Amino acid sequence: MNLKPETLRRIDDVITHYPVKRSAVLMLLHAIQEDVGYIPQEAIEWVAQKLELQPINVYEVVTFYPMFRQKPIGRRHIKVCRTLSCALMGGYKTCAAFEKEFDTHRGEISPDGEVTIEFVECLASCGTAPVVMIDDDLHEKVDTAKAKQLSDQIKAEAAKRR
Amino acid sequence: MPAPQQRRIIFRHIDEPGYTNDLACYVKHGGYEMLKKALAMQPAAIIDEVKKSGLRGRGGAGFPCGVKWGLVDRKSGKPIYLVVNADESEPGTFKDRYIMHQDPHQLIEGIMISAWANNVKQAYIYIRGEMPHGARILEKAIAEARAANFVGPNILGSAYGCEIYVHRGAGAYICGEETGLIESLEGKRPYPRIKPPYFPAVLGLYQCPTIVNNVETLCHVKHIVEMGGDAYTKIGTPNNTGTRILCVSGHVKNPGYFEYEVGKITMGELLNEVCGGPLPGRKFKAVIPGGSSAKILKFGETFTLKNKDGSTRTLTVEDIPMDFDTLAACGTMGGSGGVIVMDDSVNMVEALANINAFYAHESCGQCTPCREGSLWMKKITTRMVHEKARSEDGALLKSVADQIAGRTICAFGEACSWPTQSFVAKFGDEFKAYPETKNAPKPAGALDLV
Repeated sequence: MNLKPETLRRIDDVITHYPVKRSAVLMLLHAIQEDVGYIPQEAIEWVAQKLELQPINVYEVVTFYPMFRQKPIGRRHIKVCRTLSCALMGGYKTCAAFEKEFDTHRGEISPDGEVTIEFVECLASCGTAPVVMIDDDLHEKVDTAKAKQLSDQIKAEAAKRR
Repeated sequence: MPAPQQRRIIFRHIDEPGYTNDLACYVKHGGYEMLKKALAMQPAAIIDEVKKSGLRGRGGAGFPCGVKWGLVDRKSGKPIYLVVNADESEPGTFKDRYIMHQDPHQLIEGIMISAWANNVKQAYIYIRGEMPHGARILEKAIAEARAANFVGPNILGSAYGCEIYVHRGAGAYICGEETGLIESLEGKRPYPRIKPPYFPAVLGLYQCPTIVNNVETLCHVKHIVEMGGDAYTKIGTPNNTGTRILCVSGHVKNPGYFEYEVGKITMGELLNEVCGGPLPGRKFKAVIPGGSSAKILKFGETFTLKNKDGSTRTLTVEDIPMDFDTLAACGTMGGSGGVIVMDDSVNMVEALANINAFYAHESCGQCTPCREGSLWMKKITTRMVHEKARSEDGALLKSVADQIAGRTICAFGEACSWPTQSFVAKFGDEFKAYPETKNAPKPAGALDLV
């Protein structure tokens, strides 16, 4: 595993938070996913060794929790809330707008590699529906116009980088 | 009629201009004074005040907090843990988010008082994975509080010490169930534990006595210490004391969060006066009063309830006070305080299809009736919307739901059955007619829900 020194430092620190090492599984997986972008097979074995567990103990966690992924995604992660309050305010239209902007379907990496769009369940901001998370940031009242605007921002940032 | 006045205790500083989430601002507003007061009290006296206050859990079940604390096994010789349930995931609920982002020290003070009262030396905040900023804000706030000696060893020069750590979930709704949350905190799949014997108060985290409390509940503890349990009971209504935060979403003009004395505002006042009524040109059709698991209420239906003296009273949906007991008497629940409003643009089959997709996604899969039942309910409602619908589908849905509730380890079985049971019971005609109506022109403003 090639993890950044900062990630390794965080990992060693967080393990001390628990009287039983196994408790740190989720926090380690978060740290690795933030560093690597996903949870590769070798990470599962590395975490198991680090926490004195069997790889299956880690693997069953990775496969259960929706936030952990075993494959890379696009550069930016667009998570559109699908649940009732957002759907009542147009969440499905919002998701379709992002899909159109990036010429992709939810669950796939867009052809330019910039984004992966996903429907997720309730993001606990129902009063400002429809809501969308782009990476770590919550965006509120994302109607189709705002989805276009957010997409344009992502595209502009991508163009600047190229 | 003017809108009833909010009584902001927990949300006193939320959205207040100039109020920041750092320690200096909190202390300037009297922060941590109640921790000082509590440390001068006997732990048992604090528990007594919480018992006297009648505080009921704000996470969903409405269980009395003092009773929960009273059940803790204090003779086992094992450490007692406090776990903060900050896994706010019940669809329609969005109150704890604002406490954690805007006023994290209020939560930390509530945790430290509760920890002292229960001889807890280690507390964990289990926050949803989808709130990364919230986790960072809490970590920063805990570090500030630790530096100021409000958290950590020898708090404020006393012999007492307690540490708090933030633990992040990873997107699973079932982690809001307290024993599932404990399993998750132990680093496992969050399969809820069977009770008995695994009552958290006796066999919780690491098989030690454990208290699991909601964010809002723990914040109330601070205010109970401030005003005393008796004074707290004067707020709200008997057996439904204090304030609670109601989260309104869906089809109203002004959705949002509102803190009221429990039971001092009715559903009609909340939706029509506080939230500005329905969207232009629309009418209210139905409302889910306490998070998506709560049974739906249909505008136009009435409830005949018994008074204490044996007489009866009849309530419309608009008349229902937003408390725990009346909502329960009307066959639903106050739950987590998440009020989801649907107007006449909504087709109830499609709304249920949306909800069923949620529960099928979130069933942990441990108990067969729930794993299979939630999936079949989703398959049926999705088929009704996107493929062929049959007039007998409502009855089929009900039969599946009836076979889940009461047959599972945790309350998810009920949570996933109640929407189907109540939608079909109250909107049965709409389900029967759906094969014909689904292809008719949609009302103005109708949106895809699934």
